[in-house]
Amino acid sequence: ARGAPPTVSNGFQRPPSAPLLRRRRRSPPRALSAAGARRAATPVPNAGRNGAAVPPGKPAAGPPPPPPPRRASQATAAALPQRLGFDPYQTQEPKSAYQTYAVGRDQASERAHGPYQPHEPGYGLHQPGHSPYDDQIPDPKSRMLAIQNAKAYLLKSSTTSGLNLYDHLANMLTKILDEQPTNAVDIIENISKDVKWAQFQKKMDTLRDEHEILPAFEAAEKRKALFLKANGEGDEELEEEIGETPLPNVMETAFYFEQAGIGLSKDESYHIFLALKKLVSVQPIQTCRFWGKILGLEMNYIIAEVQYHEGEEEEETEEEEVIEEGGKRRGDVEDEDEETEKEDEPPKSTYKPPPVIPKEENGTGANKYVYFVCNEPGKPWVKLPPVTPAQIVCARKIKKFFTGRLDAPVVSFPPFPGNEANYLRAQIARISAGTHISPIGFYQFAEEEGDEEEEGGGGRDTYEENPDFQPLSVVEMVDSLSTWVHHVQNILKQGRCVWLNPFQKSEEEEEDEEEEKEEEPDELQQEIGPPLLTPLSEDEGIQNIPAWTAQPSTNLIPQYAVAILQSNRWPGAYAFASGRKFDNIYFGWGHKYSPENHSPALPPPVQAEYPSGPEITETRDPTLEEELAFKAAKEEALAAAEEEDDEEDVEDDEEEDDD
Amino acid sequence: MEVASLPAALELVAGGGAGLSPEKRAVLGASLLLLQRDYRFERVWFWGCIQGVRGAYYIAEGLGPDRAAPRSRLYSLNCVEWSFLPPATEEMVAQAEQLKGRFQGDPSFEYEHIEINAEDAERLFEDGKEPTIKEEARLVATIEQIDRAVGIIPRGAFLKTPLGSVHENRNFEGLSLMEAKKLSSYFHFTEPFNLKNKTLLEKADLDPSTDFLDSLEHDIPQGSWTVQLEKGDTVVVLRSLLWLGLMFYHVPMTKQYGYIYFGTGEKNFDLPFML
Repeated sequence: ARGAPPTVSNGFQRPPSAPLLRRRRRSPPRALSAAGARRAATPVPNAGRNGAAVPPGKPAAGPPPPPPPRRASQATAAALPQRLGFDPYQTQEPKSAYQTYAVGRDQASERAHGPYQPHEPGYGLHQPGHSPYDDQIPDPKSRMLAIQNAKAYLLKSSTTSGLNLYDHLANMLTKILDEQPTNAVDIIENISKDVKWAQFQKKMDTLRDEHEILPAFEAAEKRKALFLKANGEGDEELEEEIGETPLPNVMETAFYFEQAGIGLSKDESYHIFLALKKLVSVQPIQTCRFWGKILGLEMNYIIAEVQYHEGEEEEETEEEEVIEEGGKRRGDVEDEDEETEKEDEPPKSTYKPPPVIPKEENGTGANKYVYFVCNEPGKPWVKLPPVTPAQIVCARKIKKFFTGRLDAPVVSFPPFPGNEANYLRAQIARISAGTHISPIGFYQFAEEEGDEEEEGGGGRDTYEENPDFQPLSVVEMVDSLSTWVHHVQNILKQGRCVWLNPFQKSEEEEEDEEEEKEEEPDELQQEIGPPLLTPLSEDEGIQNIPAWTAQPSTNLIPQYAVAILQSNRWPGAYAFASGRKFDNIYFGWGHKYSPENHSPALPPPVQAEYPSGPEITETRDPTLEEELAFKAAKEEALAAAEEEDDEEDVEDDEEEDDD
Repeated sequence: MEVASLPAALELVAGGGAGLSPEKRAVLGASLLLLQRDYRFERVWFWGCIQGVRGAYYIAEGLGPDRAAPRSRLYSLNCVEWSFLPPATEEMVAQAEQLKGRFQGDPSFEYEHIEINAEDAERLFEDGKEPTIKEEARLVATIEQIDRAVGIIPRGAFLKTPLGSVHENRNFEGLSLMEAKKLSSYFHFTEPFNLKNKTLLEKADLDPSTDFLDSLEHDIPQGSWTVQLEKGDTVVVLRSLLWLGLMFYHVPMTKQYGYIYFGTGEKNFDLPFML
């Protein structure tokens, strides 16, 4: 040791303990006993070691021994605190104020001091309870050598990982002393693992960072784009915006729904607000509304309900082609049969596919509104195609989750005529028809001068706002369901809102149809549904559950409560009313509620290949007895016939008898 | 989800459209803390809300020093006064599984005409009464089923000590974005079923202090969880399709995570047809 050799005084000694580890020290001064007041003043890296060096069992009283010289920078040989009675291999029991967390640590380092290499002096001389140096004046040189050997061993790099124990222990202790966790001894292994992990993490840090954050950056860019004002907006356009705009006040609606705990986070609502603004500026839209959000497996849909200015609509021809193809598919079967086999013609199929019911015109019935969807605000809006009755009829029979991609196929039975975009549109139509409601009196039928019969007997299908609307109080809105009415036409079983007899269609098929009509005169009756603006009290419940649950948003402050209705038939559909304001919204998975499990439609029974009649009915083959009996009967008949002939020809009988 | 992080957490799960009104949020912050004080819970989780036809049940769970011990459950109709729910028994769960339909919203409502097998029928008919089950028992059983089936935590969030008790992992710093998208980084926070069935090779890779639960990878049917990145790819939200309404959120590389249930309390038996 660079310091003076330890002195003996008062029966115990305090060895000059220079630090083995070179480390910077920032810990607060340790608690001191009277014996070590001076030590605390000097910056000492491991005062704990001093504490550990106090031999157990010896009283700490007595005049303080001369402080051994020590410096924080001294990295050379530390004093081996192996003095009388002090043995590093015994457990140290803290007996003085210097005992700190580093007791265990010192044990390790002191054990490291001990001669445990066979070539080192003192090896094999260890006896528990005595130190190997008990009987000799310690030779600083050999001790130093032992220490240097120990340190060299610690500095040896591992062949597998390239680390060495010395650095690892140094890092670990640095981390512990910096962070000062509670109960560090219990989590020491985890800390060791973390330190090792941190070593390797640095090398891959840059790569991983760049790769990971990229998708989030792109999404953030898109959302930021929402907030940028389009270039080239002059003052005139600003005035237009502030005036009549089809843009709905999404935040206001969100506020009312929030009173009931329904709705998206404010951030998302605002993004949707801006996305709707973008939609309105791009398309020629007369009215626009945030319809709701439908959740999907991979992505979600945000849906906007829109009405175009009159005359601005573009006719979509693609959907008509799809329908025609679907109708033709079954007809093709007949043609193929004719083409392939001309020699042996199998019986012609008598199957006539049911007539395709045409979809309703854009702007009426189920296609009254046009719907735009996007996956996230910031992504472009996609227009959904109009819905056909066949799609609605099929959508009623299936129950599938949406994936989030509009072009995904819908694999189901009965096979859905379309892809996910069509299925989504069909569900939106059903939900709107079932759950869009308004306070009674808000809408009224327009004064019509024409006959009602002109509209096909389906009732009125247009309404307008009532300028004399008197809003009812929230209590009244909640108590009785008759204060609410549906303002969207009900969809009939056929899949349309206005019933259409498909056999009255085109004049080309009139001749054939007359025959068919005679065959099926009674099957197609006009379907009638509840007329527009029927109150909710007419809604059927499901088993013993009413169709709607009405609640005020708060019972504590009834003056400012909002009437909230939740649909039980379409879980996720909500409506609120407060004064003159009301709105409907949907947040959910897009399925109807049914207390019974969904049973998919069974496949139809196998078609009969041919009409069965007596001539092609299979019968059992006759058994041997039956055949013999038949033969005998036949012979008898023959014989009887011949006997009759015998009277005319006797010679034949005689000849036969001879044979 | 933790009481302390409730306001922020509700913002993160609001993507499903269901949440709490400002009134309920305000009162929960206070009343759940009082629960913690009164019953000496170490942690209080707001479990969620089950919508009945006429009212809703708000459920809270209290945890003791061992986080994996059976939790105490409390329910409230208005988030102000809370009542203890009895612990769930297997019998209760079996009976409640046969009930169908919505919750009524009244805890003392009695369901009748439940079908039970012959053995139970003999036992119960001794009393001379028809078998009925109260809505409270159904509530207990439903919460237990939901927790068992779809209550999840991220991997590494909890540690098992050698003595068997489970604590939060103070060194848990969150899953990375890559890990957060995989189902194998999430565990069911309940007694593991499949752990013993793993091969030795798989078991060798496990760390017994963190991997002591079943992961979501092998849930049946496959695809019964949706994993989505929301809010501009900053939050990972897992939604269960078996119990529609359960949402789990986690912000990658942070300690924020939690799950909550907003729904009608009915199992989605149509799941195989819907996928």
